[in-house]
Amino acid sequence: MSFEMFLQHCFNALTLGSLYALIAIGYTMVYGILRLINFAHGDILMVGAYFIFFGTFAFGWPWAVAAVISVLAAGLLGVIIDRVAYKPLRDAPRISALISAIAVSFLIESLAVVIFTGQPRPVLQPEWLTNAWQIGNLRITHLAAFVPGMTIILVCILLYIVYRTKPGLAMRAISKDIETTRLLGVKVDNVIALTFGLGSALAAAAGIMWALRYPQVHPYMGVMPGLKAFIAAVFGGIGSIEGAVLGGVALGFVEIMTVAFMPELSGYRDAFAFILLVLVLLVKPTGLLGERMEEKI
Amino acid sequence: MRLDRNTFLSIATMVIFGLVLWQAETFLGDYQIYIAKLIFINIILALSLNLIYGFTGLFSLGHAGFIAIGAYVSALCILPPAQKEIMWILEPIIWPFSDLLTPFWVSVLGGGLFAGVFAIFIAVPVLRLGDDYLGMATLAFAEIIRVLIVNATPITNGSLGIKGIPGHATLLVCYGWALFTLIVLARLCYSNFGNVLRCIRDNEIAASVMGINVFWNKVLSFCIGAFFAGIGGALLGSHLSTIDPKMFNFLLTFNVLMFVVAGGLGSLTGSILGATVITILLEWLRFLEEPMDLGFIEIPGIPGMRMVVFSVVLLVIILKRREGIMGTRELTWNRIFAFFRRLERREKA
Amino acid sequence: MSGFVLPTPPDYAGALLLARNVTMRFGGVTAVSDLSLALPAGAIAGIIGPNGAGKTTVFNVLSGFYTPQEGEITFDGASIRGKEPNDICRLGMARTFQNIRLSPQMTVLENIMVGCHVRRHCPWWMAPLGLPRFYREEEELREKGRRLAERVHLSEQLDETAGSLPYGAQRRLEIARALATEPRLLLLDEPAAGMNPQESLELMHFIGHIRDEFALTILLIEHDMKVVMGVCEYIWVMEYGALIAEGTPDVVRNDPLVIRAYLGEDVVVQNA
Repeated sequence: MSFEMFLQHCFNALTLGSLYALIAIGYTMVYGILRLINFAHGDILMVGAYFIFFGTFAFGWPWAVAAVISVLAAGLLGVIIDRVAYKPLRDAPRISALISAIAVSFLIESLAVVIFTGQPRPVLQPEWLTNAWQIGNLRITHLAAFVPGMTIILVCILLYIVYRTKPGLAMRAISKDIETTRLLGVKVDNVIALTFGLGSALAAAAGIMWALRYPQVHPYMGVMPGLKAFIAAVFGGIGSIEGAVLGGVALGFVEIMTVAFMPELSGYRDAFAFILLVLVLLVKPTGLLGERMEEKI
Repeated sequence: MRLDRNTFLSIATMVIFGLVLWQAETFLGDYQIYIAKLIFINIILALSLNLIYGFTGLFSLGHAGFIAIGAYVSALCILPPAQKEIMWILEPIIWPFSDLLTPFWVSVLGGGLFAGVFAIFIAVPVLRLGDDYLGMATLAFAEIIRVLIVNATPITNGSLGIKGIPGHATLLVCYGWALFTLIVLARLCYSNFGNVLRCIRDNEIAASVMGINVFWNKVLSFCIGAFFAGIGGALLGSHLSTIDPKMFNFLLTFNVLMFVVAGGLGSLTGSILGATVITILLEWLRFLEEPMDLGFIEIPGIPGMRMVVFSVVLLVIILKRREGIMGTRELTWNRIFAFFRRLERREKA
Repeated sequence: MSGFVLPTPPDYAGALLLARNVTMRFGGVTAVSDLSLALPAGAIAGIIGPNGAGKTTVFNVLSGFYTPQEGEITFDGASIRGKEPNDICRLGMARTFQNIRLSPQMTVLENIMVGCHVRRHCPWWMAPLGLPRFYREEEELREKGRRLAERVHLSEQLDETAGSLPYGAQRRLEIARALATEPRLLLLDEPAAGMNPQESLELMHFIGHIRDEFALTILLIEHDMKVVMGVCEYIWVMEYGALIAEGTPDVVRNDPLVIRAYLGEDVVVQNA
């Protein structure tokens, strides 16, 4: 493999990894606070992608406007899902909420089939993203730079919110001890709503970029990225935002590089993430950056 | 064994039901028989997951994987060699699978055993994980099984799947296997072994202090559940006559999970009711996707509507009646008699 | 209170349970440090101490949930350090929990029968085969469960779910379940917690009775001083993970260190 090829793969991996990272953040934030695997998270990605598809196509909005609106709308959807499907189950066994999450996921998918039909639709890439820099044999599309760049910006904004603002402080407090935080007068439900909103917005951003990269949208486009991003979150240590970013990028590299170096394994590509998950859970169940939790006897 | 009233009633019901099904073709159409067979297969799947999740508390999302193993093993066992040679067009089928031909019941048991043995390899590493981690790990394994099936073309015919599987799974055969599953699981779950499993579900720490080897019992329950899932899969393959890897995705696991949750976790009769009601509901909901003629207006069918309604129903169940139809209770003869006595008293009053 | 002979070095003759220089650390925190105790067969003894003194940790170490970093634990002469809780139970040690750990949806009888499981002979696969031997044993276990339920005054509630019982009854049920494992040593973690004085008194008598009836050795953790002083023949006092005193109730009662640990400085002054 030439060095150029290797660099090319690196850029691919970085793009894919950034997308996983953005989605993984939503999983990790919700899990950190509610100990809930938000199964519907991947579907919010799909909804975000459809929003921008219709924003630009049907309503003819400028791309950037449609992107912002779709991110905001997806954030709102996340909040609504929490209110309807998860909030009533806060005191129920955790598994009930998980089943509820699975139900919501199927509901969103099948609603998408009803509304948008099951047909995949092609997405037009804006011209400024399809252009590429040519450096020798190396060809880097603007998209390959745009995705990681955008990811870095979004993650920085998120980290600022979580570590430098009051709601962020409340978020971190809730993830440590929800009851005490409630007693301290924090409006826990609002903070949880904010968490869902932020996570969903990031998922929608990832969905938009996902649709640009594999230029099409379809109702089940969020399932696999969602599952894999969850695995990335576990890999990085669920509950930790930095871990989710790290895990996402790592998973991107694992998937791209394994196929790059061992093309004969390409049929197993979808299994890598799952094998990785099993290995991580066996070796270090709390992930790379996760905290240790033990049951009190 | 002493034959008391309840045992006698159970046996009588089973026999009468069997006789009715034996004659079913005289009064049921093909479609109804198709649904009835599906109900029995789904009952087997629901019971097997209920053992794992409802009784032992192991949140397994890998059921589709075991069902797939059962279906493929059985299909390979009963498909005539000549047919296999024609069908494997991507890569020729390898020996010994090419020459394999067994009676149906052997293939069903084989499918179950394979799934059960495979479950050991999954159980030993992942059963130390709790709750949702276990769910994700088993889901991951089910996906890995699926990818393996796609890629093991010389054995499984890859993504093309297997077509024309002999339809040995008649109504009576499905009923028989469902009965077998029910009897074995009822005897396990309502012996002290079942108490032990439920204790593990409720409190692992207490169980280990009572001298129970928690891990070993979890593995055992998981493998027995996988065994019956494999049996269900074998019947499903023969019933549908076509299998391919896409069938055994997460949606299948999800369906089975719904049967169990709707019926009540930890209730075998609940699983039977849940599987029956939801299978019928799912079939009935097909009308939503077909064009409707209301006389004055014609509504075109809406594809996907069925799953929308289904997910909403599920959401309502989990939000409003989390314990399902039966909760952890069982529908027993004593309960039925008590119910009728109450009715009688109310009428007199 | 007679008949209690503290096993002594070098051979600790008569000791059923022997812990020597046990130290248990969690990260940087030392929960139990250099603890030694020798419990003679047939005794009723107690561990007392203020909250957070490490009493429950001692129980968790003894019953096999934690493996101590240092020290040796022997039960009936054999080392049990590092053994799994279920193996330790099989050897004849049972325990209850401070926070009750029953299966709330299972009936009283079923809960007790879970305890019987460890002593059963027929393996699981006999159940689906419907072998008469299996069902005979099932019936024996059920009978044993009924007897134990009667012993803890729960005969009337056999088919009620454990979760529906009042608190005191749940504690008795937990003891019955522990007895079902046929232990020689019973560890009771705060058996009188949440009981009123009348119930505590009954519990004291009950503990004495079951010791004689089942030929048990009993080690208990308790906050209720009346219970401890009333029933225990020997007491170890812990503070900050270490033993600060031990002896018969009379000795412990008058130990100034104990009084200070337990009741604070002012009481010592008053007594003086």
